[in-house]
Amino acid sequence: MKMVENTAGRMVPDEINGNMAVPFKGVGKHRPEGRKYAPPIPTCSDYPEDNNKVVASLREALELCGLHDGMTISTHHHLRDGDLISNQVFAIASEKGIKDLIWLPSASFPCNDPVIEYLENGTLNRIEGSMNGPLGMFVSEGRMKGMAVLRSHGGRVQAIQDGEVKIDIAILSAPTADAFGNAKGTGGPSATGVLGYAKADYLYADKVIVVTDNLVDLPCFPMEIEGNYVDYVVVVDKIGIPEKIVSGTTQITKSPDRLLIAELTALFLEKSGLMHDGATMQAGAGGTSLAIAVYVHEMLKKKGWKFRFGFGGSTKYMVKMLEEGQMGYILDAQAFDLDAVKSVEHNPNHVPYSVFNAYNYHSKGNLTTMMDIMILGATEIDTGFNGNVVTHSDGLLLHGIGGWQNCLHARNVIIPVPLFRDRIPVIVDRVTTLCGPGEMIDVIVTERGIAINPRRQDLIDSVKGKGLPLVTIEELKETAERICGKPEKAAFDDRVVAAIKWVDGTVIDAVRKVKK
Amino acid sequence: MKQVITGNSGPKVRSDIEVILELRTSGGIELEVRSKVKTMYGRAIDLQCRQLLDYFGIKNAMLAVNDTGALPFVIAARMEAAVKALDAASGKSFIPEMIPENRYSSMRERLRFSRLYLPGNNPQMFLNAGLHSPDGVILDLEDSVAPDKKDEARILVRNALCQVNFYGAERMIRINQGERGLEDLEALIPFNVHLVLIPKCEDAETVRTVDEKIRQIKKNHSQEGTVFLMPIVESAKGIENAFEIASASTSVVAIAIGLEDYTADLGVQRTKEGRESLYARTRLVVASKAAGIQPIDSVFSDVGDMEGLLENVRSSKALGFEGMGCIHPRQIAVIREGFSPAPDEIDRAGKIMLAYRKAREKGLGVVALGTKMIDPPVVARAEKTIDLAVRLGLLPENWSEEMAKE
Repeated sequence: MKMVENTAGRMVPDEINGNMAVPFKGVGKHRPEGRKYAPPIPTCSDYPEDNNKVVASLREALELCGLHDGMTISTHHHLRDGDLISNQVFAIASEKGIKDLIWLPSASFPCNDPVIEYLENGTLNRIEGSMNGPLGMFVSEGRMKGMAVLRSHGGRVQAIQDGEVKIDIAILSAPTADAFGNAKGTGGPSATGVLGYAKADYLYADKVIVVTDNLVDLPCFPMEIEGNYVDYVVVVDKIGIPEKIVSGTTQITKSPDRLLIAELTALFLEKSGLMHDGATMQAGAGGTSLAIAVYVHEMLKKKGWKFRFGFGGSTKYMVKMLEEGQMGYILDAQAFDLDAVKSVEHNPNHVPYSVFNAYNYHSKGNLTTMMDIMILGATEIDTGFNGNVVTHSDGLLLHGIGGWQNCLHARNVIIPVPLFRDRIPVIVDRVTTLCGPGEMIDVIVTERGIAINPRRQDLIDSVKGKGLPLVTIEELKETAERICGKPEKAAFDDRVVAAIKWVDGTVIDAVRKVKK
Repeated sequence: MKQVITGNSGPKVRSDIEVILELRTSGGIELEVRSKVKTMYGRAIDLQCRQLLDYFGIKNAMLAVNDTGALPFVIAARMEAAVKALDAASGKSFIPEMIPENRYSSMRERLRFSRLYLPGNNPQMFLNAGLHSPDGVILDLEDSVAPDKKDEARILVRNALCQVNFYGAERMIRINQGERGLEDLEALIPFNVHLVLIPKCEDAETVRTVDEKIRQIKKNHSQEGTVFLMPIVESAKGIENAFEIASASTSVVAIAIGLEDYTADLGVQRTKEGRESLYARTRLVVASKAAGIQPIDSVFSDVGDMEGLLENVRSSKALGFEGMGCIHPRQIAVIREGFSPAPDEIDRAGKIMLAYRKAREKGLGVVALGTKMIDPPVVARAEKTIDLAVRLGLLPENWSEEMAKE
């Protein structure tokens, strides 16, 4: 493996875990070749005629799938911090003495920290997916055997579709399923509302296991996972802890400083004319984003306007817009709270929408390019408007990419962030890890001013002389440094512990082991 | 050896630093830095601590700091407080540079709708306070600071007055009662304090003592300009003496009422409707108006109830109050809205003023709007409303031309 400089000026490995890797070439520059990956052709004759695919246990299902060393195991993260299944898979594998598995989750959560044990005992070689908290620390300290690969939600399905990762066994927890394997996110004690992250997994995996705690008679309808892709169904007492799957209620931030940023963001959306009747918007479930959603909702009501649709993760605040007539549809890949779960079950205009259909860059169109307003977060933004979402300024890998890179393709990307967190500047001269190129980030809203990317003269013109506190990104950086002092950079060893993929599968940056 | 601890620590504390200092007779400086931001600022913190020890002439000490992202002015304050608690400062203080943004002055007649209380020993809340655009910020040394933290709060507040940009808000401090309050003045007045709140004020004498002390300090530092005073009346006796207090000195620009203590003094419950304090509040308003100063209402303590707050502000305004304390930044906008003239109020006042001017041009003694006669006091009130609306930016300077066109 050698390190090469990509077009963003970052040194990246030309090889990841023994496979050749393509360095980032610029936005839209890399053209894929060849044909999509395909799993082996199954035959009906191998499956029971009554289509009852229920087996006694997860262990039996894994054995029937031929679990062995070096396999790639995928899971989705719809059970979020209440996931009771993923860890079990590796516990079983560990008991069986299986080694060097690769885990491909669509995201991991604190409840998955116990897998550190299986990384340490060799059951797992590596995780290719988001890593937070202790897992992120484990990787940053160089303790994981293989190299982590961080992909966006869209990048993950792209990699699966293109065959960059081949899933041997997909283990898909489902709140409701029938014995044939049709499954959905609503109903049962562990409802997630939607299963928007499961699609690529069941389409492309060699073997698919559906795990449910709510088995219903066929048909489980409307199915988000189609039974003809499913090998085995496992029924367990509990797939998840309900209160950790969805928040009872998502809360807007109570921090006055964050509310101020949210207010400023809403004001920017209004004055710039980005808000209009028929616009489309996406915002996350963070406290600041939710506060923006509340302000935006008020604005829509006052003007008598309606968003054409909003893209989830859905929350009660979006549901309120839908129900009160300020949003035409919610297209939804995941539901964040109980109101959203209820809504997707009962409201026909609240539509489950897979990330495979929304975010995949190697597909015939991308929903994100239709979004007028995109509200995102970041751990760091630099004076070139480049963004970091995976590491902190201390170099530790502590967040996943999520849908962030995919969402950068929206028409107007707005990032509300505090200028500094405690003493740590968010606006810096060079991001610690590059996750998104500056040409795709349009507006930074901080409590100490709004910086618009000079590439967006149209946006600059749209708000000129309208009383907004406009500043340059350099001014923001200087203000942060004047208040906090100039931060030192994190020191790293040479060893690459994680590769950061761009939406097209190329390598945009690498994360190195932190120096102790 | 005696060990002292200054600063705050604990799971919820941010942007502060706990300093543990013990003087020694030999062995040089033993320094341990623990910090949430160690990668970015570990060396800077280490260097700053050593420089400060050196400044105070301390050569041998054990120093441990536990940092949660404190800014340099906070680190300096906590260090100085620790050194002073050990009586090792050799009479020195470490005064940070006054940033140029903090050199603005205030005016007697400026609006004081909202003034935001900032607990004096809680640096996390200082930094963004001015961004919420309160009319004033109060760095509080009195009730919000624990008795054993009073000394370090005073140093922290001094450093904040030098280094924290309050973005144009009137810079206020609330001093302690009695002798400690005069010491507070000694330490803080030289750092461009615009206004001093005198807590639990019961008589004119207290006001004059504070006023005289401030004049002395100003003179000693060869500084010009008046430091305004806002006595807070919080007892039955204070209410009885309201007019004397309000007119005790030309420095007094406003008088505030503190209802928690007042109702406690009466031995009654404080209610949302506030019937129990109606007399005191109206008495205070009348005394203030008689003395030509601003009457300021008590804080509204339920920070979650914005509708209740707005209602409270409206009734407060109806009684004649011209401002209210805030204990949370989210209250600021509500208070401003409540005290600002409403659109229909501005509209009516504008029409009255236009009619009045027209009558004057025609040499008419009687002003009429439609079929209604307008008395001179009505004109005077309309003028006040219009002036306020212009000051708040709710009306353009050339409002009369705009309105005459319609």
